[in-house]
Amino acid sequence: MKSLFIPAYYIFLKDSRSELRTRYALNALFMFVVTALSIILFSIGSEAVSSDVLSGILWVVIFFSSMSGLSRTFVSEEERGTVATLQLLTRPTPVYVGKLTFNFFLTLSLNVVISLLYLLLINNFVIQSPAIFWTTIVLGSAAIASASTIIAAIIAKANTKGTLYPVLSFPIMLPLLMTVMNATRLAAEGAFFAEALGEFQILISYTVVITTASIVLFEYVWKD
Amino acid sequence: MMSKYLIGKAIVALWLTLIIIAGFAMPMVVSPQQWFELPVIPALEEKARIIFFHVPMAWTTLVAFFASMIYGMLYLKTKNMDYDLRSVSAAGLGTMFCVLATITGSIWAKFNWGSFWNWDPRETSIFVLLLIYGAYFALRSALDVEEKRATLSAVYSIIAGVTAPFFIFVMPRIMTGLHPGAQGDEGGSMPVAQLHMPANMRVVFFASLIGFTLLYFWMFSLKVRSARLEIKSQQL
Repeated sequence: MKSLFIPAYYIFLKDSRSELRTRYALNALFMFVVTALSIILFSIGSEAVSSDVLSGILWVVIFFSSMSGLSRTFVSEEERGTVATLQLLTRPTPVYVGKLTFNFFLTLSLNVVISLLYLLLINNFVIQSPAIFWTTIVLGSAAIASASTIIAAIIAKANTKGTLYPVLSFPIMLPLLMTVMNATRLAAEGAFFAEALGEFQILISYTVVITTASIVLFEYVWKD
Repeated sequence: MMSKYLIGKAIVALWLTLIIIAGFAMPMVVSPQQWFELPVIPALEEKARIIFFHVPMAWTTLVAFFASMIYGMLYLKTKNMDYDLRSVSAAGLGTMFCVLATITGSIWAKFNWGSFWNWDPRETSIFVLLLIYGAYFALRSALDVEEKRATLSAVYSIIAGVTAPFFIFVMPRIMTGLHPGAQGDEGGSMPVAQLHMPANMRVVFFASLIGFTLLYFWMFSLKVRSARLEIKSQQL
């Protein structure tokens, strides 16, 4: 246990420090979100759009912003040629756990920012049960991070990194996206917390299944 | 060696010919008396015959998907390139059967539901399978080194394989189905195979499932053998 979590913690620390120093992903992602939201605002104009459509659009923004930022963790290691160093220093599993933790916090903070901006800017989007909404955001971030981390590890070895990432992620993430969209719709409609429990169970089991499979498979992806 | 394949090929050809004849020629009557007469299913009528061909295609797609995933696992375990070759061959055939099932289903939907595509749960699932196959081949074409291509595509197919079952839980929560055998239909939420089918229809249906599976295995062995020869000819 010690040999897993301590190296994983240092990998997480290294990634967060390098991110906070360069702010490469954060700046790019923030601008991406602003651009996407303003396009949505322009296209909506003064029309009254139903909350069904709006909760769908929210997750479209979240999906594509994750797709533009989350592959960074592995692609940057390949670009800087630091893969061999990490391979020498530690076993594959701590690398995966560290990267997954970093991606989770990145996704979570991004999704919170997106949701706050979305709630502020789009007047028709009213959340009647905030408990469901914010639980969905947290569990959805965990699920997105778990699926996108292993795909990022695969994609880092491919030639066309940028274009292939959403292509590979979409079929994997579709059950998750359907679930979070449904949960967001429930939150907008003001359902009771108990009504969304089924959605939360799906999200948690999805995260657990993908993470477990990733831990087993990451070894093959990471070793050359 | 030669005769073994020849006999197998002849059996599959004969089997499927009989099924095609039975599937199209068994008459549909209101009250069946004879063993060869099928009952008329309300709202489906003659269009019900698609079950003998469309469902086995979708079934074969799944068989190919799992075969590809299992060969991927075997590749990861043994690092034997022959397993990768089998995994790609299975995925290639799976894509073909998936396209066939989508097209036949879509044509049937046009005549039964009025439009080619309705985002019914089953249509959505087959669409996702198509996307997975598409992504699998896109990934393979983006990797140059053979071993890396084999490893990463195997990992991807396993990841796709473990997420696919989630659709079973997610779909019913999101949408109601139009598909025969879907929730809301008289038959309940059972798969199509368990829909109130009379015995003779069931025999043809399951014979067709077996026939299509045999066809898949025959095509698979053909594909694997030709791929092996191709590799051999490149090495010469």
